Amino acid sequence: MKITVNGELTETRARTLGELCSALGHGRGKIATARNGDFVPVTERAKTLIAENDKIEIVAPRQGG
Amino acid sequence: MMLEFYGTKLDSRLLIGTALYPSPRILSDAVNASGSKLVTVSVRREAARARSGQGFWEIIKQLDVCVLPNTAGCRTVKEAVTTAQMARELFETDWIKLEVIANDDTLQPEIFGLVEAARILNDDGFKVFPYMTEDLGVAEKLVAAGCEVLMPWGAPIGSGQGLANPLALRTMRAYFPDIPLVVDAGIGKPSHAARAMEMGYDAILLNTAIAKAGDPVKMARSFAMAIDAGRLAFEAGLMEPRDMASPSTPVAGTPFFKLGDAS
Repeated sequence: MKITVNGELTETRARTLGELCSALGHGRGKIATARNGDFVPVTERAKTLIAENDKIEIVAPRQGG
Repeated sequence: MMLEFYGTKLDSRLLIGTALYPSPRILSDAVNASGSKLVTVSVRREAARARSGQGFWEIIKQLDVCVLPNTAGCRTVKEAVTTAQMARELFETDWIKLEVIANDDTLQPEIFGLVEAARILNDDGFKVFPYMTEDLGVAEKLVAAGCEVLMPWGAPIGSGQGLANPLALRTMRAYFPDIPLVVDAGIGKPSHAARAMEMGYDAILLNTAIAKAGDPVKMARSFAMAIDAGRLAFEAGLMEPRDMASPSTPVAGTPFFKLGDAS
């Protein structure tokens, strides 16, 4: 199915947000996630199903002012 | 008296942003040289298979200082709230520097969204540090929304203009004598920081003026000294300025003094 990850159209076979993160190589990375604008805690990722056209954000710590 | 945010004491009144440094090493050296005990950070999109966030996080952890994540770049309440929630999980802190931005040219705080987001986040257990204008009405609403720290801008972010509206900043200090007030953004020179501290501001948050200096480590020290000097001056009590001269050397006993000369 087609979803948008960090603003880019992406084809994925992942069924859950947890699977998607693993597939993108973030398995044990220090990341946080949101689905369609809502925060998804790390404990919910494996239970959070992904649907066609979902908008996923995957973020990490970065420099800031 | 030591600086205190939400019950946490900090023994430096300089708060430093971590962006724009020439290298991670210079960032670490500058923070260490400044004596700062709080740095700001952000969350940004992580590319697939990248580990850039991990590397940056290791650098920050080694600094052994408090971390204040921001919601920089957020334009709506929803974006800011979700970003704050992601930051809380990533950085393992309920502190958040709340930014809701109104426009790209001035990076002016969007005060209506700011107040609403502050209320939502305070209700959700966050400890909110709102980046705001110097408007007293907004300040009152933020305090009513649960904010125990206020961070009015000195001038637009990255402009280095100093204190654009010193009268309003003085008024805010007088109006909220017991709330920690931080001048956040717009500070370009150590003298700008000293001026805010002389007014009784509790701390200064800045980034560009140190990160973009020719020698960021030296500039970090310079800001630390200016902020200490300004604070000490505030605590000591500044003299009132006056319009006319007033001799500092004793008049009594002046050689050749004649009563008729005195005016």
